[in-house]
Order: sequence, then C-alpha cells, then structure tokens
Amino acid sequence: MSLELTFWWLLAIKLAVAAAVVPVIGMVIGYAEMKLSAHMQSRVGPYFAGGRFGWAQLIADGVKFIQKEDIIPEEADRPVFKWAPALVMLGTMALLVIVPVHPSPRYGIVRDLEVGIFYALAISSVSTIGVLMAGWSSANKYSMIGGLRAAGQLIAYELPLVLATVGVVIQAGTMSMQGIVSAQVAQGWPFLLTQFIGFAIFMIATLAELTRLPFDMPIAESELVMGYVTEYSGFRFLFFFLAEFANMFSMSVIAATLFLGGYGLWGINPETLFSPIILFAKVGILIFLMIWLRWTLPRLREDQLQTLAWKWLIPIAIVNIIATAVLKVVL
Amino acid sequence: MTFSEWIAEPVNWAFLAMAIPMVIAALRVVTSRNVVHAALFLVLALAASAGLFILLSAEFVAWVLVLVYIGAVVVLFLFGIMITRAPIGRETNLSHDTRWPAAVAALGVFAVTFWLINAVATQMGGFGDPLPAVGRATATGILGEGFINRYLIPFEAVGFVLLAALIGGITLARKDLTPAEEEEGARV
Repeated sequence: MSLELTFWWLLAIKLAVAAAVVPVIGMVIGYAEMKLSAHMQSRVGPYFAGGRFGWAQLIADGVKFIQKEDIIPEEADRPVFKWAPALVMLGTMALLVIVPVHPSPRYGIVRDLEVGIFYALAISSVSTIGVLMAGWSSANKYSMIGGLRAAGQLIAYELPLVLATVGVVIQAGTMSMQGIVSAQVAQGWPFLLTQFIGFAIFMIATLAELTRLPFDMPIAESELVMGYVTEYSGFRFLFFFLAEFANMFSMSVIAATLFLGGYGLWGINPETLFSPIILFAKVGILIFLMIWLRWTLPRLREDQLQTLAWKWLIPIAIVNIIATAVLKVVL
Repeated sequence: MTFSEWIAEPVNWAFLAMAIPMVIAALRVVTSRNVVHAALFLVLALAASAGLFILLSAEFVAWVLVLVYIGAVVVLFLFGIMITRAPIGRETNLSHDTRWPAAVAALGVFAVTFWLINAVATQMGGFGDPLPAVGRATATGILGEGFINRYLIPFEAVGFVLLAALIGGITLARKDLTPAEEEEGARV
C-alpha cells in the first residue's frame, strides 16, 4: 500500500512540475523573442517592467491575461470553442514527458518510452485538431480561413517531420530517446554529421508545424487578423500563446536529442550534473535560430508552402531514408 | 470469474474508464446533429481505443492509431467538411434513407468479427486468462520483424489494396472536363 501511495504522490509532483514548466518556458522564450526581435530591428524592446531590461514584462503580461474577461462570441459553438485551447495545450504538455535531460532516470520528469520519438510525433499531431476546432467554432471568417490554412499546412509538414527522424532511428537502431542519445555518446559524434539533410528538413518542418514565420500564413496578422486565435481573449488566448513557446522548446529538445547528441558533449562525462546544462545550451541555440529566422525572413505564399513540402522536402526525406538504410546494411 | 471478482481488478477499472466513453462517443458519432461534432466525437472514440491498446501492452499500435487516425484521417475529415460546408448549430438533413440497411450491415460485421475472435480465442485457450497488461509493452522491433518476415505477403497485399482504394477514390472523385467545358469554366 505504501508503494502505491508513493506512486500517486510522485505522479502528483510530476504533474505539478510539468504544469509549472510550461508557463516558465513560455515566459523565458517570450522575453527572449521580444528582446532579440527588438535588437534585430534596431529597437530597444521592453525596458521598463521590473526595473532593468524589462525582465518582468512577461509576468506583467501574464497577470494582464488572467485578469481579462473571457469573451465567447454570441454565434460560437460554446463547448468546442472552450475545449480547443485545452486540446492544444494537451499536445504541448504531453511532449514534455519524454525530455531526456540525464542518463539516469532519477533526474528530470523523464519516462523513457520504447516508442520514444514516435510517441512525440503522434501526440504533437493532436494539437492540429485543437487548431481546427478553434478555427471552426469561432464563427468568424478570418478564424475559419486561418484554421483551414493551418490544417493544410500541418498535414503537409507532418510527413517530412516524421520522415526526417527515420534516418536517425535507422542509425541508432532504436526509437527510445535515451537510446538515441546513448548511441551518439557511445560513438562520440552527433548524428548531425551524417544526417544533416534530415536535420535541415526537421527544422524547416518544425518551423511550419509551429506556424512561425516564414510559415505563418494561418495567423498572418496583416491578412487574417490573427487567424484561428482572433476571437480568443484572456486566459484562453494565453493557452495558445504559451503552447507556441512550449512547443518551440519541446521541438528544439527533440531536434537536439536526435541530431546534436542531446546531453552528450566531447570530453564530458554524461553521468555528471552538467548534462541538463549541455542539453539546454543546445536547445537555446536552436531556439535562437528559430527567432532569428522569424524576424529576418518574409512570409511565403500558400502555393510556395505546399510546393516546398510535397515536391521538395518529402522526396528528399525519402531518398535520405533509402540512402541511410542502404549504407547501414553495406557498412 | 464472477463480476465482483472482475471488478476487483484495477486493470478492469481502467478498461471501463476507457470503454464506456468510447461506446458513448461512438454512438454520438452517428446520432450527433452537427457534422463537425460527429467528427470530434470520432476523435474521442479513437483516443479511447488507443487507450485500450495501451492497456493490452500494444504501445506502438496505440500511437499509430493516434498519429494516423487522429492526426491525419480525422484532420482530413474536418478539413474536407470545413472547406465545403460547416454550419454551426443543428442540421436536419443528416439522416440517410439507407440507415436501416446500414444498421443491419454493421450488426452483421459485428457478428462475424465476434464469431471470428471467439473461434480463434477458443482454439488458443479461451478468454479466461488475466491479461499481461501491467508488464512490459510489446517490443516494436518484434512487430517490425514480423511485418517484413513472417507476415510480408499479407502486409504487401494490404498495401496493394490500399493503393487500389486510393486510385479508385481519385477516379471516382475526379471529373475530367472536355476542352470546351474547361473554356466555359474559365469564362465563368
């Protein structure tokens, strides 16, 4: 009985940590995005809140969002409208379960699933349903078009995302996140060296899945107001807002784990407590890359987006898989 | 095994917690007055059946169900519904004239499947044994080896049928216009 109790307590603690991690990540990345974008455009960005550097800006924003009235449009389909942000958040939070920060399962909230990377790709696709629900239930033309664009985009980029990871899975011989990292630690070099095509495809597809520039047609402000989030306000808008940043984080973790060697680094024993720091440094580099691309590239056109996915990324990813499989057998 | 013994197993509570919402959601898929709601209830039914697969230690199959059916098939359903017609509120003309034949066909499929599973289970020793659900999940590698070794021909056959269905779907849905009609369409 005592064992069962510990299990439930542990579960409760892990759930609380997972629930706390999402807003913290959202605030850190949100602040980074504000400051970086400002400096890239020769602006200052937030500087007032919190005394110096505007570090408390996102906390103030969070408090503001919670205070705001929760408006539901008269014509909206109420239950669907209410559940859509929750479903988006579900896909986001479930991704955090398998983040491998350390080889020992004692640290972090890691559950090393045997289907690892496959679970991550499957559960992240649930968010698409939430986006479509939001777009449809808002009873707004802009939301509807935004939702449709999002669905078309997410369907198109789901495939290259999945196919890009297959090369790594073939090389590592396992789908488990821990297994992929330890394969890279054991051989001493990250899979980036052999799977750079897969890495490039994965990062492009990730940007599209996150609907960030240059792939932000679903929420393009200048055309669609804010697409499927147009009608949301207050706490429900906050859910979409946080989900985007938390997804940036978890997709970067997956990319760092698959291609950059996760918590492993030359000459450093992965058993030490440096491991999470190394992982988060790699994640930080990838997030910086995403923010950099967002603020320096123009938006693609809808047909260019579909052409890129179906005519370029998917064929290249399949050729990459075949080449990797052949080399795996030959070498 | 009596019912009180059956209900005493925690695994069976988990089964009920997933099976009851699944049946209700499945009923709402066909009785819902709104076509988008029906598709969303289908998501719930599929998610619950993925949960049942996890309960059976078939982790990989469960996530395939989530990735392919929830992440792709239902998204395509919703996309198709929304790009053609997606009214908010009730619809009255959703029921089809052939619903009674459809119900008979569905019951027939259910009976055949039940009979088949029952026959196989009887041959292999019956349903009575407790499930090895709490133990280790079925290794994905074993599944993969099964697909490309022992079950290669059925696997390819199913793939062939799916390809044929895809081509058939395109042929049925696509209407090639004659050059004259195309010109007509371009002018309109």
